This record gives sequence, C-alpha cells and structure tokens, in this order.
Amino acid sequence: MAAPISACPACDAAPLAEAQAGKGYGGNGMEAKRIMLSLPQIYCAACIAGVERGLAKQDGVRAARVNLTLKRAVVDVDPDIEAQTLADYLTGIGFEAYELDPGQLKATATDKHGKDLLMRLGVSGFAMMNVMLLSVAVWSGATDATRDLFHWISAGIAIPTVGFSSQVFFKSAWSALRVRRLNMDVPISLAILLALGMSIYETMHSGKHAYFDAALSLTFFLLAGRYLDYRTRAVARSAAEELAALEVPRALRVVDGQADEQVPVSELEPGQIVRVVPGSRVPVDGIVTGGESELDRSLLTGESLPVAASPDSIVSAGEVNLTGPLTVRVTAAGRDSSLHRMADLVAIAETARNRYTSLADKAAAVYAPVVHLLSFAAFLFWFWYSGDWRMSMNIAVATLIITCPCALGLAVPAVTTAASGRLFKQGMLLKSATAMERLAEVDHVVFDKTGTLTEGKPALDALARHKDRDLQVALALAEGSSHPLAQSLTQAARAAGVQPAEVAQVTEVPGKGIEGQWNGKTVRLGRAEWLGANAVGQTATYLSISGAKPVAFTFTDALRPGVEEAITALKAKGMGVTLISGDVPAAVADIAGRVGIEDWQADTLPEDKAEFVARLGKSGRKVLMVGDGLNDTAALAAAHVSISPASALEAARVVSDIVLLGKSMEPLAGAIDMSKSATRRIKENFAIAAGYNAIAIPVALMGFATPLAAALAMSTSSVTVSLNALRLKKG
Amino acid sequence: MNVLVYLIPISLLLGALGLAAFFWTLKTEQYDDPDGDGQRILSDRWDDEPPEE
Repeated sequence: MAAPISACPACDAAPLAEAQAGKGYGGNGMEAKRIMLSLPQIYCAACIAGVERGLAKQDGVRAARVNLTLKRAVVDVDPDIEAQTLADYLTGIGFEAYELDPGQLKATATDKHGKDLLMRLGVSGFAMMNVMLLSVAVWSGATDATRDLFHWISAGIAIPTVGFSSQVFFKSAWSALRVRRLNMDVPISLAILLALGMSIYETMHSGKHAYFDAALSLTFFLLAGRYLDYRTRAVARSAAEELAALEVPRALRVVDGQADEQVPVSELEPGQIVRVVPGSRVPVDGIVTGGESELDRSLLTGESLPVAASPDSIVSAGEVNLTGPLTVRVTAAGRDSSLHRMADLVAIAETARNRYTSLADKAAAVYAPVVHLLSFAAFLFWFWYSGDWRMSMNIAVATLIITCPCALGLAVPAVTTAASGRLFKQGMLLKSATAMERLAEVDHVVFDKTGTLTEGKPALDALARHKDRDLQVALALAEGSSHPLAQSLTQAARAAGVQPAEVAQVTEVPGKGIEGQWNGKTVRLGRAEWLGANAVGQTATYLSISGAKPVAFTFTDALRPGVEEAITALKAKGMGVTLISGDVPAAVADIAGRVGIEDWQADTLPEDKAEFVARLGKSGRKVLMVGDGLNDTAALAAAHVSISPASALEAARVVSDIVLLGKSMEPLAGAIDMSKSATRRIKENFAIAAGYNAIAIPVALMGFATPLAAALAMSTSSVTVSLNALRLKKG
Repeated sequence: MNVLVYLIPISLLLGALGLAAFFWTLKTEQYDDPDGDGQRILSDRWDDEPPEE
C-alpha cells in the first residue's frame, strides 16, 4: 500500500515507545470486562502494533487485539476501567478512537452463522476434490471390480458430506415447501438427493454411471455462492451496527443531594430529572425545569434556525442543546419517546416495499417448474419408449443435474459481492440485499434540505461587508463560546486574519448570547430580542456596541460537498429532482437556487413528505429518497430505495437501504451507474446460464449426458459466471 | 492393480489431513481479520520470540 507515512505519525513513533512488550498484565483477580473501540483511521502494520502496545501499557489492560478488517480493537480490562479513558488515550497518541456499545455489536462479534457456512463449504470442497479424483479414474477407463470399488469409496465420502454440507439447502427448501412455495433450493435439493440416491442404486447394481461428484460439486459451488452472499451482507451489517454502536445512549440523571449519575437511557423513567449539557442531544421527551438555552431541532423538523428553550418549554428526544445547561423532567423515555413513535409511520410504509421481488427470486420462479417438468417429461417419455425404468430414471436425473442450478446460484451473489465491495470503497454502504437492483431502476430523486443537501452547519455570509472594528469585537466575544454560530464566526474571522479586540469580562448568558466590556463600553453578541435589534429573516447573530445600532451577522447553511456535481449528473441522466423540506420557504428557495433544483416544496410536515413520495410512486415513478432527519424517516421508508448520510439520526439510518459513509454527496450518481451495470451483469449471468442449458438440456434429454459431461458443464458455467461478475471490478 | 491397496488409503488420509488443518484454522479464528493478517506479517514485534500464551 502506498499510503503516505505522514498520515500516521504515531505509527512511526510507537515502536520506539516500547520495543519489547513482555508478558501481558494478568489482571487483579476480578472477572475481565470486554471493551470495543472503533479505530476509523488505522490502516497499516505499524498502526496495529502502535495501538496494541499503547493499550498494553495502560493500567488494568489485560489483552488488546486489533482487527484491521473491521477497524476495531477488542480490549480485555479490569472491571473498573472505563472505555472512554482508553479511547481518549489512543486519540492522544494519534489514533482516533471511539467507544462502541458492545450490546449493539452482538450479532457480528461472534459470527456463528458465517463460520458454520465456511465449515460446510470446506467439507464439501475437500469431499468434492477426493471424489473427483476417483471419478477421473473411472472416466479414464476403470472397469468392473475396480470401478465398483471406486464408486463405493465415493459413496462413502459423498453420503456423510451431503448429509452435513447440503443441510443448508434442505432446510430452506423444506421451509418453502411447507408453505406451498417454490424457491431456488427446491430444485437444488431435489437434484442433489436424486443424484445421490440414483448413484447409490447404480453402485449397488454395478452400474456404469454414478453422479457422486456432481452431487458434491453442486453442493460446493452453491455453498460458495451462499457464502459470498452472506459475507457481503455481514460486512454491511457490521458497519451499520458500528454506526449504531457509536452512539452509546447515556443520560445524566440528577439525584437529590448527590452528584449526577450517568445511566443508560433505557433506565430512565417518567418524572425523573435529567441534565442536558450544551452540545449534547436531548435523550428523552420532557419539560424544561431549569436553565436557559437554545435548541437545534433540524434533525426533527428540518428547521435551520435554533429555537429558544426556557423553563416550561417542551423538548423532544433528538434535539441538540446549544448554549446553556438545561434540566429536563422526563415525560416519555425510550420506546415511548417521539423518536420511537415515528416507527409506526415507518412500519406501514415498509410493508409496501417488502413486496419487491429480487431478480434471483424471479428467475427461480421460472426456473424451478420448467426444470422439474422437463425431467419428469423425460422420464415418462423414455419409460413409454423403452420400458426400462432404470435408464429412464438415469436420464431424468442427468437432466436435473445438467441444468446447472450452480450458475444460477452464483449469478447474483458473485455480482453483488463485487459491486457492493466497490461501492463500499467509495463510501456507500448497502444495507439491504436488493438495494442495488432497486437503485438501478430509480428515475426520480427526492432530497431533504437540512443535513442532507447542506451540512447542517452555518457559514458566515460576506465577511468583507462588515467593519473591521465590528469583526474584531465580535471575534473576541465569540471565541469563548461553543454555540455553533459563534464557532462559525470565529472560524471565518480567524481564516480571514482578523485579530480579536481587547474585550474584558466576557461572560456567556445562556439562551441569550455573550457580553463583555470593550473600551469602557458594554458589548453584546447574541439574539435579536436580547439586544433590541430588528430580526432579519434568516439565521443571524447580532452585535451591539452600546450607543450604536446593532449589526447583524447573517449565516447560510453550507452546502455538503459534491452536491452540485451530484445533482448536475442526475439531471444529465434525465431524472426528476425534487427538494422537499420542513424549513421556511425563503431558506428552501435559496438552497434550491444554489444547487439548481427547480422543483421544491417548503413547510412540509413528515406525513406530507411521505405522502408526496408515495404519490410519486403510485404514478409509476421509482423514487430515490435522500434524507437524514426524523421528519424524513416515513418518506425514506415509503420510497422505492432510500439513502441517508452517516450523520443522520439512527432512526433514519435504520430505514434506509444505503448509508453514505463519507461527507461528500458526489458518489451518488456513480452509485446509480454502478448499480445499473451490476444489474446488467446479473442479467448477463442469467443469459449465460440459460445459454448453457439450451445446449445441455437437449443433450441430456436425448440420453447422451454422462457424468463427465455434467461435471464439465457445471464447472465451466460456474466459472464463466464468476469471471463475468469480476469484470465489474475493473470498470 | 495391487498398488491401489495402499495408494487409495494414502490419498484419503492426505485429504483428511487437509480437512483437519482447515478445521483448525477455522477454530482458531484465522479468517476473522484477513486485512490485519496481511499487515501483521510486516511487523517485527514477535521476530525474536513468540508471544507467551
């Protein structure tokens, strides 16, 4: 890998820190606690060593192991060690680290199912190779007793292997048959079982042809497809779980006469008091009992302007507290909070989408009955023609085997593995198995505004328009504050080289602004009402220098990088693009104009958004919804396919099919192209499989198929299909 | 054809050995971190002696 060394400065320094890590710390006798840390930036051998050595040096750490594939570290520590301490330490030595909630990671931590599949795949692979060796001897001319001996040995290997490895198919076929449905596994199971049964019968009667190798290679190739499919989904699931696990849901509970205690949100009950510090998310629905502040509600409603909060204001879970600490009396927590109530809306919309039938299922629905009818017809015809049931059965089984469900079983997973791997590298995470096929059909894109097209972070307008004196005073006041407007102002002023004025006694008045003394005058930066200024119609903060008229600093939400490119590319493809937002018309019109969307709607409620998307869907459009907020979740679920950025609320990410991991929106258009070419490859693969069958079926029906021909047809079609899928990787 | 009497058991035994090795790799979680394993080989941390269990 040709990554620049400087990207990981701590990697170079780490080996010096501790040349020899001896035997690890044995623990203090108490049961170990397992901590998981996310390490998004590690990529090299030195990073692994640096993290592991660094952790091993910490007090109370018993063992640390980095997993580079998952970019995660598993640390066994004494029970009294906090994960945050270790994460802070790692971040301090140059490896960005975040605490993960192990409860959210359960499914991928053990990965029992994956190992189980791999074990079955391995067993069938070894059995196939051995039986194939024996079969080659038979095909090259072994006769009589030797041939029978080889067949018996093959039977001895094949019977237990099929019993173990093919269970996957039998189980799935049985569960489909029980509800009177046909799936791909029904013809597969039937082919494997008939091939095995027929071969055992032939072996017992010293027959010439046995299909043990075919039964095993069928199992092997199909399990390979199954495993690929599973891996693709497991990677997506673990990344999705990691996003969820990064938000460890905790709250500060206020206890009378004691220090606040940190508790999981799930333990909160109505009536209890929680403290919400500036910069954190409100964990529950409730009523403010103390403190003054401003709340950012953009994730819930799409409004870009912060709203004031004071005692008796009602707050909802998911809002972000901006300026002052608040105490909140819980009215609803966890499942009952407004965050979770939205789930009902989502559930209704989801059922509509689950009706989507994947290409593989469509193919299976045609393939299974055709194959069964054909081989049954072959049996009837030959039995009527010759009266020899053994030969007729042989031909019927050969037809079943040679129709190659292997190629069909590999056709989809081979392509989706290649395509989703490539999308993942571009920063798009496919959560749903059929997301790619649905994305390929999209012809209309609906965007949310705040947090989706924009970064949800304000940027100062026209810095040069302001007087130097105003900027200097404003910078001095803003510097100490964590309010997003103040921070943005500081950043812009600093970048322009503005020096702060000498302002004394700077104090922040929660919910109002910042105050200080400059040249004997009182200066204030804050809300319009506080200063007695006339509010302008957009996001702004105001500066007053006593005696002078207040000045407004206006802000505009910065566009997410890549948005313009993405929208231009989408339009070039002839797709409809709509912007729909819960924000005020002026703000929406401004953004729509900047990115070049003519079709926009403002002041929409969550239900309106969902209905708009559903209506488009009913009129025959395939809608892609891109959104991040709680007010988008219903629309995300109602759309044909949906995308949310990684910064979205968990509720929105859960209902989305695809998560955009990076900051830029640019990969969007490319992803649609990619999914289109992937779908094309899948269809090509079906065509290849059908082409083989067009030659193989007549041969088998006429009774010319031998086990050798079956083995050749099966292997060549499987390999061709996989190679065709790999073409996608290159371009 | 007498050669088959010991050649076949040998081939089966070799196959079984390979299968046993595969089970061992699976059980010791050697497929959990393919990227990491590829990078770890570049580290000289355990060049002198293996880690104590």
